[in-house]
Amino acid sequence: METGKNSWKAWLYLLPAINFLGAFMVYPLVDVFVYSFEEGYNFASQSFFGVGLYNFSYVLRDPYFLQAVKNTLILVLITVPLSTGFALLISLGLSSVKKVKNLFQTIYFLPYVTNTLAVGLVFMILFKKTAYSDGLVNLLINRFGGSSVDFIDGPYWAKMFVLCFYTIWIVMPFKILILTSALASVKEDYYNAAKIDGTSKFRTFTNITLPMISPMLFYLVITGFIGAFKAYSDSVALFGVNLNAAGMNTIVGYVYDMLYGSSGGYPSFASAAAIILFAIVLTITCINLLVSKKHVHY
Amino acid sequence: MKVVLQNLTKIFPGKSKKEADQVVAVNDFSFEIPDGKLVGLLGPSGCGKSTMLNMISGLQKPTSGHIYFGDDEVTYVEPEHRGVGLVFQNYALYPHLNVKQNIMFPLQNLKGKNKLSKEEMEKRVTEAARFVQIDSLLDRKPAEMSGGQQQRVAIARALVKMPGVLLLDEPLSNLDARLRLQTREEIRRIQKETKITTIFVTHDQEEAMSISDMIVVMKQGTLQQIGKPQDVYDDPVNLFVAKFLGTPPINVFEGKAENGKIYIGNDNVLYAPEVRDGEVYVGIRPEGFIPDPEGPLCCRLINIEVMGRDMSVISANNSAVSETVRSIINSDAGIDTDSEFIRFSVKPHKIFVFDKETEERLY
Repeated sequence: METGKNSWKAWLYLLPAINFLGAFMVYPLVDVFVYSFEEGYNFASQSFFGVGLYNFSYVLRDPYFLQAVKNTLILVLITVPLSTGFALLISLGLSSVKKVKNLFQTIYFLPYVTNTLAVGLVFMILFKKTAYSDGLVNLLINRFGGSSVDFIDGPYWAKMFVLCFYTIWIVMPFKILILTSALASVKEDYYNAAKIDGTSKFRTFTNITLPMISPMLFYLVITGFIGAFKAYSDSVALFGVNLNAAGMNTIVGYVYDMLYGSSGGYPSFASAAAIILFAIVLTITCINLLVSKKHVHY
Repeated sequence: MKVVLQNLTKIFPGKSKKEADQVVAVNDFSFEIPDGKLVGLLGPSGCGKSTMLNMISGLQKPTSGHIYFGDDEVTYVEPEHRGVGLVFQNYALYPHLNVKQNIMFPLQNLKGKNKLSKEEMEKRVTEAARFVQIDSLLDRKPAEMSGGQQQRVAIARALVKMPGVLLLDEPLSNLDARLRLQTREEIRRIQKETKITTIFVTHDQEEAMSISDMIVVMKQGTLQQIGKPQDVYDDPVNLFVAKFLGTPPINVFEGKAENGKIYIGNDNVLYAPEVRDGEVYVGIRPEGFIPDPEGPLCCRLINIEVMGRDMSVISANNSAVSETVRSIINSDAGIDTDSEFIRFSVKPHKIFVFDKETEERLY
């Protein structure tokens, strides 16, 4: 924008987008920020009785919130590296097979087009222990001499295992899709050059393949982190809506419960929790960006 | 190290299993490259030059035939054990590594007793970089350099492991005209100083002729002719080689042979008793024409292009295969630009006669 003459035109073009984004994104965000400092805000009467940090201190002392943060952190730390790693392995495998590549690609992509709740139902059937059946997974465990575990209503680690398993299974197809195309875009000449120079398979992978696909890997890690921090529906699909009782709530689930759940009606607490989530995601993303400067080659 | 190719054949299978779909990229190719020579593999696009280079480097395995480096057969030896350096057409420099890391890359692969110490590697890299005159750019990334500089890096990377054979795939095709001249001299210098047997692929005959000790002309996977550039130019074995070498290209006429005399139209341009009677193609190099009012060959004068040192006379002849006949003539020769016709006599060693069917050389 070199001259003022043209700049008003540019603003005119941007106007529709700015209006919509302003009304439906920026304004609500600011509103949430304001609510989080207003104590006991009430939607109906639009009233509150004080301004301060009480909402935050309440949320941060709420055992349900702390449980939700713990669950979310475990979920993020386990599923993001594992799903990205597995996706990379599968993509490497896919790019080295030639004959039935398309078939495999379709199979690996199926979870992506399947409804979350439908998949949750299938996982329930696989893992749930009922009066009539122990579920397929328990049958397998029994076959190998283990004793049945109730994955849906049983111990914490079992439930967490199912949740992580489920999340990884759901997010992997997209990562595989991105990584196979990233791998395919690495020019054959680089591998040929490496081959002529007698580069070992491992070194070719770490020194050529990985740097070449690092922008895509980094993109997947960042979006993976953000997505996992915002997890909610996966937990609902497996454990139902009363997540606090199941001990499997997530931060977004906590926000939802505070707003609409049976114990709901506390928009101030919900806003405070949402702002805390925002702060966590922002921090992690900034750390990611800093780390990437060193290791990502564009 | 001398390189010997014996009955080398490469067939790419078609999409279907049928034999008709097969592509024979290189067909029964045999020749020997003497130690320490610079050889140009020359041919039009798609004639199998690059396939040939890939087989010598080991990236592709021949369908049949043998390859020897020196006295050792390397036909089924993996590329890394052949000791070749290959410079790719697009250089294939690793974009995330700087120049120094790129050149050092092959050295870091060495294992066992060949393993080099850090200082040794540094020394070799610096030497190679100085040799191609990029020692001041060691910290740059490939994207921050010009095409010519990138190519030098690629050559340095190929040379740093001291290969027995250096292979260059279309080394000049990505450079602009000015840089091309400079780089080809550079390649010649590097080859002369290192005395490494070097094979380079090109479709540009001028490039191949100008720097090679020996050129190999290919057409559709088959060997046409091998020899010193001047010999191949002066003595082509068939019409294809004659047409492929030389700028401006050779002028081809339809003619006939009768009682040992070669005719273009009704003009008897040559006495060649060994040629049997019949239809022939007659090829005359542009520099083979001498303007001569008494000369046998008569053409319609179209235009004269003056180039200073010499001039290009463009004329037409009904028997010529192309629309115009281009001849290069010393500018001292007085030519009447207004006349409608021009007559030439022909230098006998600049005229070739080819069989019309087989296109083999008859005279």
